[in-house]
Formats: sequence, structure tokens, C-alpha cells
Amino acid sequence: MPMDESVRKAVLAAVPSLRAFAISLCGNVDRADDLVQETLLRALANIDSFQPGTNMSAWLFTILRNHFRSEYRKRRREVEDSEGRYAETLKTQPEQHGQVEFREFREALAQLPTDQREALILVGASGFSYEEAAHICGCAVGTIKSRVNRARTRLAELMSIDGSTDFGPDEQTRAVLAGSGD
Amino acid sequence: MNERKPTGQQPMETTAQRQKKPHAKAAKLGREVQARLGQQLRAMYDEVVHQGVPDRFAELINRLNGNGNKDKH
Repeated sequence: MPMDESVRKAVLAAVPSLRAFAISLCGNVDRADDLVQETLLRALANIDSFQPGTNMSAWLFTILRNHFRSEYRKRRREVEDSEGRYAETLKTQPEQHGQVEFREFREALAQLPTDQREALILVGASGFSYEEAAHICGCAVGTIKSRVNRARTRLAELMSIDGSTDFGPDEQTRAVLAGSGD
Repeated sequence: MNERKPTGQQPMETTAQRQKKPHAKAAKLGREVQARLGQQLRAMYDEVVHQGVPDRFAELINRLNGNGNKDKH
């Protein structure tokens, strides 16, 4: 199906953040990329329903989010691979974010209820407004605000519980991580 | 997507300080953790964003567009 060049470029431009959303949401790079692929196939098959002039990212995020939610219900019994293949993708993690702390963060994020996690990512990382996030999730703006607040509180609790070593890896851990190939 | 820079790191309280005042500890730790959480969320996200468009997706979009293999990025 021929696609308007500006639409094609908008879809391409949205892919990096769409992937980041998917990986943050499901915690596994392979599964996230499958999710992105299925999202793109659906989007391109229904490109006529995209209204030119509206936000392409928000449209694609909505498709991905809805697809993830229906997949999630199907796969509920499966053990979430919260470690996943992050290490492969995130090797170049900046030094000021300690690796151990970063791993703990991802584990904590994975423990959040899905509705809280998606709200937090959309508002706190994707840069959507509360209104846009509400539109993507198909709920009220107040619901999004409440979910983001609960997500932040819960994450802080999760990160504080085992915070006896404070943040950041110790030297030995840092050395092991730095020398580790995977 | 928006470009964001992590803010400066705040010094942590010592364990002894925290144990003396549990409520203040909770509030202060809460703020510190919140700031770090925000940084980490964006760091995780931006790391992926900066990887750009993997070939498989560029090819997929171009293929469905009927453009074959031209203009991959």
C-alpha cells in the first residue's frame, strides 16, 4: 500500500521511542521488539485511520499499549523475565548511574502493576502530558495522575527497603560488572 | 523526544543520622529516591531511544511502503 512520504517518515521517527516504551513496559528486549514489529504491522495496515496532523507517536503508542495489554492477559501465567536481555542493550549505561542500582531499579519497575508502570513511563520518560497519556491509556486524566503518583511512591518504597547499602555498586561489584562480557 | 540532563547528586545521610530521626529519614530518603528514580527511568528510556531505528524496522516500513530497499534511514 503506498504511503504518504511524510507519514512514512513520521512512523520511522517514532520507532526509537516506541521501542523504549516497549522495553520499559515489558522488561525484555526480544519481546519488546516483537511488540514493536506487531505494532508497526497493525499501524501500517490501518494507516488510513491515522488522521494527518495528529500526533503519530501517540497513535503508535496507543496501538502498542493496547496490544501489550491483550498479550499480557494471555501470558499472565508466564514468569516475567525482568532481567531479560537488558544487559545486551544497555551496555553503554553511563557511569554515574551505578549498574547495581540500575538493575535494582529495573526490578522494582517490573514489580509495579502494569497500569502504574505504563502511566509512569508515558509521563516520566516519554514526555507525554497527562492528557496525552490519558488518551493513550483510554482513561481519565485524574486516573493517570493517581497512577503516576502511586507508581512513584511504590518505586521509592521498593528501592528503599533494601537500601541498606545506599545507592551505587561497591568497588568489587563494579569491577566484576566492568569485566563481565554479558 | 525531550532532551533531559540528570540533576546533580545530593549527598546521602549517614546511617546513624537516619536512625536518630525515622520520620525525617523517611521524608528525606523519599525525596532523594524520587529524584534518582526519575533519572534512572529517563536513563533507561533514553538509552534505547539513542539506538535509533534497528534495520529490521526500517526495512519493514520501507517494504510495506513498496519502496523496496531504498532510503533505509
